[in-house]
Amino acid sequence: MGLKRKDLLSLTNLSADDITLILETADSFKEVSGREIKKVPALRGKTVVNLFFEPSTRTRTSFELAAKRLSADVINFSPSSSSVVKGETLLDTARNIEAMQADIIVLRHSSAGAAETLARGVKSSVINAGDGWHEHPTQALLDLYTIRSRQMGFAGLRVAIVGDVAHSRVARSNIFALTKLGAEVRVVGPPTMIPLQISQLGVQVYHNLDEALRGVNVIMMLRLQLERQGRALFPTIREYARHYGLTGERVKLAEPGAIVMHPGPINRGVEIAPDVADSLSSVILDQVANGVAVRMGILYLMSGAG
Amino acid sequence: MTLLIQGGHVIDPGRVNGVADVLIENGTISAVGPALKAPAGATVIQAKGQLVLPGFVDLHVHFREPGFEYKETIQSGTAAAVAGGFTTVCAMPNTNPVNDNQAVTEFMLERAKAAGNAHLYPIGAITKKSEGKELAEIGDLRRAGCVAISDDGKPVMNSLVMRRAMEYARAFDVPVVDHCEDLHLSEGGCMNEGLVSTELGLPGIPSAAEDVMVARNVSLAELTGARLHLAHISTAGSVRMVREAKARGLKVTAEACPHHFTLTEELTRGYNTHAKMNPPLRTMQDVQAIKEGLRDGTIDVIATDHAPHATQEKQQEFTEAPFGIVGLETALSLTLALVDEGVLTLESAIDKLATAPAKAFSLNAGTLAVGAPADVAIVDPNREWQVDPSRFRSKSRNTPFAGWKVRGRVTTTIVSGRVVFELDRSERQA
Repeated sequence: MGLKRKDLLSLTNLSADDITLILETADSFKEVSGREIKKVPALRGKTVVNLFFEPSTRTRTSFELAAKRLSADVINFSPSSSSVVKGETLLDTARNIEAMQADIIVLRHSSAGAAETLARGVKSSVINAGDGWHEHPTQALLDLYTIRSRQMGFAGLRVAIVGDVAHSRVARSNIFALTKLGAEVRVVGPPTMIPLQISQLGVQVYHNLDEALRGVNVIMMLRLQLERQGRALFPTIREYARHYGLTGERVKLAEPGAIVMHPGPINRGVEIAPDVADSLSSVILDQVANGVAVRMGILYLMSGAG
Repeated sequence: MTLLIQGGHVIDPGRVNGVADVLIENGTISAVGPALKAPAGATVIQAKGQLVLPGFVDLHVHFREPGFEYKETIQSGTAAAVAGGFTTVCAMPNTNPVNDNQAVTEFMLERAKAAGNAHLYPIGAITKKSEGKELAEIGDLRRAGCVAISDDGKPVMNSLVMRRAMEYARAFDVPVVDHCEDLHLSEGGCMNEGLVSTELGLPGIPSAAEDVMVARNVSLAELTGARLHLAHISTAGSVRMVREAKARGLKVTAEACPHHFTLTEELTRGYNTHAKMNPPLRTMQDVQAIKEGLRDGTIDVIATDHAPHATQEKQQEFTEAPFGIVGLETALSLTLALVDEGVLTLESAIDKLATAPAKAFSLNAGTLAVGAPADVAIVDPNREWQVDPSRFRSKSRNTPFAGWKVRGRVTTTIVSGRVVFELDRSERQA
């Protein structure tokens, strides 16, 4: 069994079986992180390059830990300025890395489609670690893993994704994967943050958070990019928090036992009240822990070792 | 030099549509009719089974010279033009320096003369450096040889400046050309805003960014009485507004590009940078509206917006890659496809490629009338070919039509009575 693909760029072209395979592979690696010696030799002799054109601490660290726990050699390459400014194209940068015999390139880039552009140009496997507003497939896979580890099935599962959906790669990847697995997805936010024609992707659109939360099993909060305030997407942080912030009262509108997720980093008191973030229903830190296991599973499958 | 084009199907829109001979003497058309006698020393071109047409007129090309000669030069651009049957081209002013003064205009005319391919008419800037603030010396630009004014690609956002430009341009009877785009609505956008941009996570350019500027410009044309020409309209809304403006008798003309009546935003999937142009590829509904606008005469002109870019520029990330595609060498075949589809008659297709554009900018071109400059395209309408960008005469290869099998090809192009392009000779040499 394997993924039978060179790259992991998007969740649109993974089948439900592919997703299940990744989650099951992650299961087998979950236990490694709990050992005293947190290492297995699965990727010994393989080289993983984290190519991050955008600052990211948690995703890069998560990939780095995952690769190291699989015994791969890991190089972090974070061009300080964009390739354009340096005069080198993304493709040239990547070909240089490929020339150093990288087996897997993990790419984070501010431009939607960058991972796809890169994958067309290099023989190394490319894993999309976030491309612009497009996708963040490994984040969605770790979200799925976290939901599944709470003994929730995906068919008929009601999930609310709340916040700036238009500018969120996390939202897109989760929408593509969850709808494929049979979940009922609601997207919630002011119309300025809901992209055109998104209902054609099989989701329901809400502009009122209280209505949207009724009966959901999973509440997925998105990070508010505070710098977008000047872009006329919302008037003030105060008003945003009041209408779209998740409070303890609002959590009660969801199904009993509903879980609260957030891809981090959280803005306490903006999209999520501090007591909710720290509550029993919050699985935010589980997501982080699961991220390493899921990325181990993905690296393992992509390396051809599977 | 005397040329006799024998036995072809001559189409001179509104005047001739049938088998005839065309006699060319001293650079002008001297006779069109059946069984013309070849004068002594005349070169005879056998055109049986082919179309003999007025050379095409492209109101919208970017030849990048001065300033961006690595993309295109006036030499290579006009060579691409004549290979596509275009004998007259109007070059946009977004060069470096911007064509906002007569020195740049004269330079461009000099280069075109030296190249000796197509006639080139520069379009001058509306405002200095196309910054949208102060009017350029429009009178001088006109006198130096500019045939229209435009800040193409950097549309004049300030409506008062646009009003003054339209008013001032009336003194010189020069058409004002606008690329209709509200730069606030389109800011950061790189494809049509809709389902596909939502799926791809790409910043979108809504149809409204074009529509609101078409509405503004039509209102200003009404206020000022200016001759308004709308560049590359791409939305159903634009077509509707132009149709209405014409019905009210305003002096408005409009052009559409082959890619906007042939392709939709679907081509953007896979982050194909050859599907990135401005205005962007729109939806099937928009394509249908453009076709209907061409059919019912709302859209007068087919123009290419020939926009060459170097390969490495188009190989960048989708959001970084520049807008635009080359179009001169594929426009005829894509237009003839509309004839096959029944959208246009052959005669109206030739009208939109040659006669109507010449009329929109008052150019002495686009007809085979006796006494007109002998600018002729001879076309084999049945010749099938595959688009191979490596054989383009343009310096650039950025086309979404690579590999397309198309029909209809220019076999001979004549400018001022001189054969400047022969397909079979040039293919042999290639």
